Amino acid sequence: MLKSRLGGFVFQLIAFLLALGFVSLILLAVGASPFDAYKNMITGSVGSGRKFAEVLVSFVPLLLVTAGLLVTFSAGLWNIGVEGQIVLGAIGTTWVLRQFVESSVSPWLVISLAILGGMIVGAIWASFAGMLKTFGGVNEIFGGLGLNFVATALTLYLIFGPWKRDGVASMSGTEPFPEAFALPQLEGFRISPWALVIALVAVMIVYFILNGTYFGLKIIAVGKNIRAAYLLGIPTWQYSLYSFLICGALAGVAGALQVTAVYYRLIPAISSGYGYLGLMVAMLINYQAIWAVPVALFFAALNIGSIQLPIVMKLDSSLSGVLQGILVLFVLLTEGVRQKIVKKG
Amino acid sequence: MNVDLRNIHKHFGKTYANKGINLSIQSGTIQGILGENGAGKSTLMKVLSGFIQADPGGEIILDGKSVVINSPADAIHVGVGMLHQDPLDFPPMRVLDNFMLGRSGGLFPNRTTVRQDFLKLAEQFDFSLDPDNYVDALTVGERQQLEIIRLLWMGARVLILDEPTTGISASQKNKLFATLKTLAGQGMTIIFVSHKLEDVEFLCNQVVVLRAGELVGEMHPPFDAVKLVEMMFGKVVTLGERQPIQTGDTVLELKGVSLEDVRLKIKNISLNLRAGEVIGLAGLEGSGQDLFIRACAGLVRPVGGRVILKGKDLTGKSYHAFKHEGVNFLPAARLEEGLVPGLSLTDHFVLAEEPKGVFIDKAYGQKLAEERIKSFNIRGNPTSTVESLSGGNQQRAELALLQSPLSLILLEHPTRGLDIESVIYIWSKLKDRCKQDGAAIIFISSDLDEVLQYSDRLMVFFSGDVSEPIDATTTSIEQLGQLIGGKGWPQKGEPHA
Repeated sequence: MLKSRLGGFVFQLIAFLLALGFVSLILLAVGASPFDAYKNMITGSVGSGRKFAEVLVSFVPLLLVTAGLLVTFSAGLWNIGVEGQIVLGAIGTTWVLRQFVESSVSPWLVISLAILGGMIVGAIWASFAGMLKTFGGVNEIFGGLGLNFVATALTLYLIFGPWKRDGVASMSGTEPFPEAFALPQLEGFRISPWALVIALVAVMIVYFILNGTYFGLKIIAVGKNIRAAYLLGIPTWQYSLYSFLICGALAGVAGALQVTAVYYRLIPAISSGYGYLGLMVAMLINYQAIWAVPVALFFAALNIGSIQLPIVMKLDSSLSGVLQGILVLFVLLTEGVRQKIVKKG
Repeated sequence: MNVDLRNIHKHFGKTYANKGINLSIQSGTIQGILGENGAGKSTLMKVLSGFIQADPGGEIILDGKSVVINSPADAIHVGVGMLHQDPLDFPPMRVLDNFMLGRSGGLFPNRTTVRQDFLKLAEQFDFSLDPDNYVDALTVGERQQLEIIRLLWMGARVLILDEPTTGISASQKNKLFATLKTLAGQGMTIIFVSHKLEDVEFLCNQVVVLRAGELVGEMHPPFDAVKLVEMMFGKVVTLGERQPIQTGDTVLELKGVSLEDVRLKIKNISLNLRAGEVIGLAGLEGSGQDLFIRACAGLVRPVGGRVILKGKDLTGKSYHAFKHEGVNFLPAARLEEGLVPGLSLTDHFVLAEEPKGVFIDKAYGQKLAEERIKSFNIRGNPTSTVESLSGGNQQRAELALLQSPLSLILLEHPTRGLDIESVIYIWSKLKDRCKQDGAAIIFISSDLDEVLQYSDRLMVFFSGDVSEPIDATTTSIEQLGQLIGGKGWPQKGEPHA
């Protein structure tokens, strides 16, 4: 039973309950009622249509990033640099939009170009980590981490330097773009259906690349055994690099949508940690694309639900991060335990 | 110290690495342990030195006292120290720091006294080691010297040396042997594990031979090399019918190829290999044959000479360029290098076909896999992952991945660990491919019978020396065994450093 799919599911359920129990203990330790906290998180995320729309706003970038990371994980790569790739996507998009602020070009064309720009810049930024890895022998984790810091510094430089608001530069970001440059939203809600569609299409494309194409099969082969893949005739370093480009492009789109559908300007925290969160989602779903949508949605709900906590219960909203992190740890832990039991049995 | 090993068993899965071994060694003895690769020498020594634990039931007795050794720390505590084939040291650290490692006691070691101890020991054995030098600046021989005095300083009274003469220079070897003789004279017990007959003959007071996990014989001086070889490799077996070969055009031409890695230098190999021909590479593992076969595949770049394939100069080109010309390399480590664990047989066949188009044609893949599984007699189905197959079936799967057309097949240990039925099957398939495609074969094997049986010519490797291709039909298993052990080679000026 342990080897079966059902066995795996039972273990994940156990992990979930353990994580919940652990967080409850933390809540009790700070003198809060776990029950109230969870109730507030649920009502805060799915309690109303408006709130659920907020969840979807958070879901879009998370899903895009997760989809991209599925490709790099399949290639056996830890693309920690995804955070910076989101940022550079946002910068690329902002740059394109800035070129057209005074023009009379159709806003649709401008937005399309801007998103495309974000995609390209994100991919280029990812290719840096990829080239450092393939040509420089720099582990992608270190290269990506370094590039993340550079990306943050670059954003701050642009916001306080060349792209600063008229008069005063501030942490609130660049001058907001005209309304015409925003992706249209659902009437009365903050979510743009266009953004949602782009994210869902992206995850479907990734699913088909990994499960139905020779290209995807080669990426997986490289990820599972790079030496054997090379002997089978696969140009391995090229495929590693392709996976970086795809992930970077999708992260770039996430950044582009943060600008065109959420903030309408470049802000310092434009990536909002979605890159790291995406890494956790990808690990949690064990790199299976099919699970990306529900789990990313769940994580987004935790994010939004916890916004209620400081207001209602005087708890810090970082509780969602605690819960997410603990959940991932417990899932990995129970998976490790399961593997041990399976091996012995 | 007297060492007594009683009834030592050790199994890994279904195979026994050690099977009921009894061995007693008197204090002051230099005990030689001979055996081919995989005979169980290293396992036995790892049991004694605490790196692995024997199966229950055996006993280790030191100076009449039964001891339990569960870790290398336990071992050194009771006086057993092991010098590994690759010295286990920390290259980025200083010599003195390495020396102090492993010694318990005190958060702040007293460097001054340690330094004095170090210098005294080094002087005693005439080792010139600078305590402030970094370990990665030392030669293998010097690292060995460091390790020896470190083990002595930590209180070793039994010293185990695993293939210590690989990769060190002749003068370092002489110094090592002198040191070992001195130590034995002081009552130390030395256990010398090797496959080099001449070293063992020169140094040891007594020798035991292991084969397939069992202790098959022992000998005291004067040693009889022929008999030792026979013990190492088992009885002489009759060779089956040989087929006369029909050779075609030249497939591979090597012109004065020189190869190098950290341990070995191979100089000036020339070879002319014709279609249909099979060349076996014999020699104990790590004697250079692996380097050679990888150079023929384009996986190792020669430092000199030219590699010409079917008239095309491919020197310095990548494996993929070689593969394009019909060279296929099947590595010994099937799951590490040859196949992709986690992917199914179908996935492998599809990948090896170099598919055109974007989307995977599932029906075609399924058909291809079924065909190959049938024609190569693989026990598995298209969706079986490769790691779920048995070793023999993994090997068949690798053969089923050979591309077409082929010009040269390179194989490392093509039948290692396989039952006789699989061995015969695999060779018949290989010979078929040779005939069909006009391909040639180069293979490495540590099974001397296999080398003599299936190759037309053979080359023997010994510590980086390579013999001229020898006609396999006129070579006996004894001759081959002696060449592998380093005997009967033409005298050379300076041995390899």
